[in-house]
Amino acid sequence: MSSVIEYIENEQMRVDIPDFQAGDTIKVHARIKEGDKERIQVFQGFVIRKRRGTTGASFTVRKVSYGVGVERIFPLHSPTIDKIEVITKGKVRRGKLYYMRKLKGKAARIKEKR
Amino acid sequence: MGNRIFGKKLGMTRYFLDEGKSVPVTLVQAGPCIVIQKKTIDKDGYEAIQVGFEEKKESRVNKPLKGHQKAAGDKCFQFLKEIRVKDTKEYELGQEITADIFQIGDMVTVSGKSIGRGFSGVVKRWGFSGGRWTHGSRSHRVPGSIGNSTTPGRVVKGRKLPGRFGFERITVKNLKVLDVRPDVNLIAIKGPLPGSDNSIIEICRL
Repeated sequence: MSSVIEYIENEQMRVDIPDFQAGDTIKVHARIKEGDKERIQVFQGFVIRKRRGTTGASFTVRKVSYGVGVERIFPLHSPTIDKIEVITKGKVRRGKLYYMRKLKGKAARIKEKR
Repeated sequence: MGNRIFGKKLGMTRYFLDEGKSVPVTLVQAGPCIVIQKKTIDKDGYEAIQVGFEEKKESRVNKPLKGHQKAAGDKCFQFLKEIRVKDTKEYELGQEITADIFQIGDMVTVSGKSIGRGFSGVVKRWGFSGGRWTHGSRSHRVPGSIGNSTTPGRVVKGRKLPGRFGFERITVKNLKVLDVRPDVNLIAIKGPLPGSDNSIIEICRL
């Protein structure tokens, strides 16, 4: 890849994002614009995947809300993300936790890393 | 100042706009183009400037071309292209045309040579659907019938058939300039541009 592209992409990328992996429970503070007002919505859940990349990197957060599974994909370097808080580190043996979609109740828990 | 410049397509990436939108952009090294020759109505019958783009080793240039380019300075160029202008008096030999002729938000038209695809069939070249792959079908990517029988007894002109595809001049209009860096002669244009990476393109401000 051209070094110019790398340079421009480095400019676009955020350095304030904490390090987290699949299996971690995180809180994503997302900026939401309604009309001309801006507010912050918190989305809490566990990361089921992180897609690598430069500016195109993204991650998916899954939570179960009132019995319904909800997944949200965030671009990792998006300016709409106000901040990310890592709440717990999860102990998982895979990089992509798609199997969590099939699990319910007690089985759908992730052990905490000690 | 003119509204036209030559540049090199560097490749694509994405930009995040302030409201969080992610848009595809093509990065272009726009210029610097050096004015090498002025064509005038008296001498050549039309007004234009010839510019050089992308420096080249002097040892790679033959003597006649070297002499031609030396009139404007001590550099030799890979590409010599003409830009039509209203009045050549605004320009001087050796003058640099740089990316600062553009501003963020400008709409531009970009021309370039599309990627050459060689001798291609009708499915790739003209978007024919082709035939079935299975169920005993033996016509997969063939054009099918190309005309009638005795009447008219020939293939109608303009029939879409296989042939050389790509490597022709393509112009894309109304593209937005999202970023300009005059210090490094870099501009970012929204969306894809014709041609492969590192190919020469012509950018014109509307």
